Amino acid sequence: MKGPSIDWAGLSPVLAVMGGAMIVLLTGLLRSRFVRESLVPLLAIATLATFAGLSIWQWDEGKDIVSAALRVDTFAMYLNCLFAVAGIAAVLLSWRALAPRESAHGEYYSLLLFSIGGMAVLVAAQNTVTLFLGFELLSIPLYVLCATEMRRASSLESGLKYLVIGSVGSATLVYGLALLYGATGSTDFSEMAGILAARGDLARDSLLLGGVALVVVGLAFKASVAPFHQWTPDVYEGAPTPITSFMAVATKAAAFGVLLRMMDVALLPVAEDWGVVLAALAVVSIVVGNVGALGQSSLKRLLAWSSVAQAGYLLAGVVVATRLGVQATVFYLAVYMLMTLAAFAVVVARERETDLGDHVDSVNGLGWTRPWLAWPLTIAMLSLAGLPATGGFIGKISLLEATVDGGWTWLGIAIVLGSAASLAYYLRVIAAMWMRPAPAARAVPALAGGSQELDPPEAPREGGATEGAFAAEHDGHADGDGDRRGHWEVTLVAVVAAIATLAAGIYPDPLFDVARDASESFRALL
Amino acid sequence: MTLHLSIMLWLPALAGLVALLVPRAISGWVAFVGSLGALAYSVALLVDYDAATGSLQYVTDETWIEQLGIHYKLGVDGLNLALLALATLMFSACILWAALEGDHRRERPRQFFAWMALAHSAVLGALLAQDLLLFVLFFDLMLVPFFFLTGIWGPGPDRVRAVTKLFIYTLVGSLLMLAAAIATGVLSSVQGDQTTFVLSELEKVALPEGSQRWIFLCFAAAFLVKMPAFPVHGWMPDGYRTMPLPVLAVFSAVLSKVAAYGFLRVVTPLFPDASADFQTLMLLIALASILYGSAMAFTTTETRLILGYSSVAQLGFITLGIFSLDGDGAQGAILQSVNHGLVTVPAFFIVGLLAARAGGSQDLRDMGGVAFRAPILAALFLIVSLATLAMPGSANFVGEFLILFGVFETKIVIAIVAFTGVLLASVYMLRMFIRAMHNRVGAGVVPTDIRFADGLVLVPLVAVIVALALYPQMPLEKGQNTIPPKVEEAGRLAQPERQAIR
Repeated sequence: MKGPSIDWAGLSPVLAVMGGAMIVLLTGLLRSRFVRESLVPLLAIATLATFAGLSIWQWDEGKDIVSAALRVDTFAMYLNCLFAVAGIAAVLLSWRALAPRESAHGEYYSLLLFSIGGMAVLVAAQNTVTLFLGFELLSIPLYVLCATEMRRASSLESGLKYLVIGSVGSATLVYGLALLYGATGSTDFSEMAGILAARGDLARDSLLLGGVALVVVGLAFKASVAPFHQWTPDVYEGAPTPITSFMAVATKAAAFGVLLRMMDVALLPVAEDWGVVLAALAVVSIVVGNVGALGQSSLKRLLAWSSVAQAGYLLAGVVVATRLGVQATVFYLAVYMLMTLAAFAVVVARERETDLGDHVDSVNGLGWTRPWLAWPLTIAMLSLAGLPATGGFIGKISLLEATVDGGWTWLGIAIVLGSAASLAYYLRVIAAMWMRPAPAARAVPALAGGSQELDPPEAPREGGATEGAFAAEHDGHADGDGDRRGHWEVTLVAVVAAIATLAAGIYPDPLFDVARDASESFRALL
Repeated sequence: MTLHLSIMLWLPALAGLVALLVPRAISGWVAFVGSLGALAYSVALLVDYDAATGSLQYVTDETWIEQLGIHYKLGVDGLNLALLALATLMFSACILWAALEGDHRRERPRQFFAWMALAHSAVLGALLAQDLLLFVLFFDLMLVPFFFLTGIWGPGPDRVRAVTKLFIYTLVGSLLMLAAAIATGVLSSVQGDQTTFVLSELEKVALPEGSQRWIFLCFAAAFLVKMPAFPVHGWMPDGYRTMPLPVLAVFSAVLSKVAAYGFLRVVTPLFPDASADFQTLMLLIALASILYGSAMAFTTTETRLILGYSSVAQLGFITLGIFSLDGDGAQGAILQSVNHGLVTVPAFFIVGLLAARAGGSQDLRDMGGVAFRAPILAALFLIVSLATLAMPGSANFVGEFLILFGVFETKIVIAIVAFTGVLLASVYMLRMFIRAMHNRVGAGVVPTDIRFADGLVLVPLVAVIVALALYPQMPLEKGQNTIPPKVEEAGRLAQPERQAIR
């Protein structure tokens, strides 16, 4: 007897990451310290590399799998690659962090992988049920991950807050999906589009409009689009920084991925109705995010507010509902990931090296003491602000081109004015690094080992770092006194992400080609 | 002769990178050699450029970002030829000045020279670019080095706040320009065709007047802030107080000219209808800048600000020339850009020397009486002052004459008011010269003459001023077939009847 045919190749990326998550979870049960602290992260990286590799293998298959519940197309595979990169960066940043030690390594990394599995399902979803499945699979591990620094109250608070607000978002989303089903009688995206296109009068249907509104709100929560962003600064600040960086880039990419699918496939026939709404949300995000970031003295909060503003820019690419818009959005998502990872890696490094946590003062004088961290952060800030020779500039150009081309010029003007305002806080970080003296605290004996005048050591002092980690584990302080040296993998993430940001600004053609391929997955768009 | 503009463009930046790696004592000299190479290149261009056709020459055209339709297109014509020479000469002079100031004056010299060199390349890029977005890219990029140069090496505790203000002020305009530039390209392209931003292609398409108007205003915002012109000069006083001297000199001399150049390169040829519509507004802004700048230069006692406000007035003249929308006026504007750049740099250096002799004070009231003990300094300062106030016989006189001639032909009332600006210039420049050089020796003043190293920079610059005074036709002849056509269309639209009579 033969069961239904299963396209294992199409399913392979999701299966790989889910299977890897199980292996990581079980491996983490072993007692050996080496296994827990080194093998588990390595396995997680290997899983993610496999995930990315399989996604590239399935790059331009363009097929529906699992009775058209999921779609394997370039768009989904492109986003899978982004998730994999963000995941690998998060693993590297977590390698010697406190959070996995406190919550057990196996659980920590497998939750991360499960979350990525959820993202892969989410962005491939072709009907509302799979969409919600992916949405929850992505969210629930993240709620836990936010609270993994169990002995720090703000981490627990962050997890709880994210859980409560995230659940409200999920509830709103599922209600909206139910209303959409009520209005169209279908859960399938393309069927939904067909029904909407066939019956033009549906556009004035209050059931449909209510459904669209609730779906937009639900997804806006996840993408931290204002005014549904209130959780963002608190959760970003409280969560362990590697998790914050992962949420900032991967969750945002997933949320925008599904937003594009929902809006530019299922709801495309009623684009007239949601276009203005999303444009208004974009402007509100740009204003709220940039104003909110102005007074922040915590780098994580600053980046959180800036991510709200960036969500506004990204939303502009969704609003226009053209292939150019999709291309601009997915291009900007990649660039946004690179520059944000560079920034967060530096925050992680400074949290470990100073007592100042993520305060802006922690990077004072960084330009002269730790150029290998200062340059990545400088490039990240310039790129986030959209200055030339960085990926952020090219990304903004492509977003502007898409908005003008789609007839939304005023939205383009809002983007540039927002970018100009954002300089006020991005430049503050740059000024702190290059124009303020290094904190006197650097001279205390704990630092005596690392007198790096101009050129920091690229290679870490292995023994010292391990000792520090050991001490931290035993006295259990959040910052781990004595663990005050740069970790090479953190610097590596910062430097690689910064170089990639520059490369995207100087030679963006390859990334654009990929982004165009991804945008061609949207066959209904112009 | 084949001259590769890419080499000229990137040579300074490359030298800047090398300057980061060599010992600190010679890093300045490495950067200087790089900018000297660019200067040699621009001299070769001046000699080799064939002015008879007025067309773009030595063109480099590669597709840079295919998806966005952005080309890496560089070219030289009569419009940017003289300004390239100005920019390379001024950067060379300022980097040399900074190198001669010596190691003891400055911490971390390698980064300083690397940023200077990057600024040099960015300015050359803005001048050479023949693709609208490439121009915008370099225009924005040239601001970044100045943030670091001022924030790290500037004098005064307030520098970070001041330079942040400068940065945001100018970038609001620049980013609006970015949006406008993209709109220009997208709106000019035929539906379905690949968007292009190449200027020569864009010139072929006439945008609807409504689009032209808002696009014009965005570009004008960027250029007027950068100049700075009267109502949007708010960043200028703080910025001028807090920049290191060589940085300030090059900023004042070169960056403002790129803005003036932008009007002629982009705005008047691409948006002739809007240029004609807003002609009166722009002339009034120019006039306000002249009067306000002159009045402020006459009343302030801070020497740096006297030169700063004098720049506001001079840039007012240049704007006046451009928006006379007349061939002579535009020629005069470019000549005057070169002239003003040439006198600004030595003027700032002399002011720096005077401040050093007055115990570090920038204030005119603490100076005085240096002339007799420092005859060389006095002579150099006198030449620079007379050139600045457009003494007949100087190239500045020719420039201002052409500008006023152009305006006179179109807007006679504005020309008459602008004449007072010429007069006021002599008042504030002579006031500064007399109070700094003559009168009693100031209380804390040590009247010594210039060092050999100072002369090494100042004397060649003053020699160029004198040379240009003797032969001002040179830039005019090079530009005569390129510059007037840039304003021809807009001028025709502004005054149809006058053109008809001609």
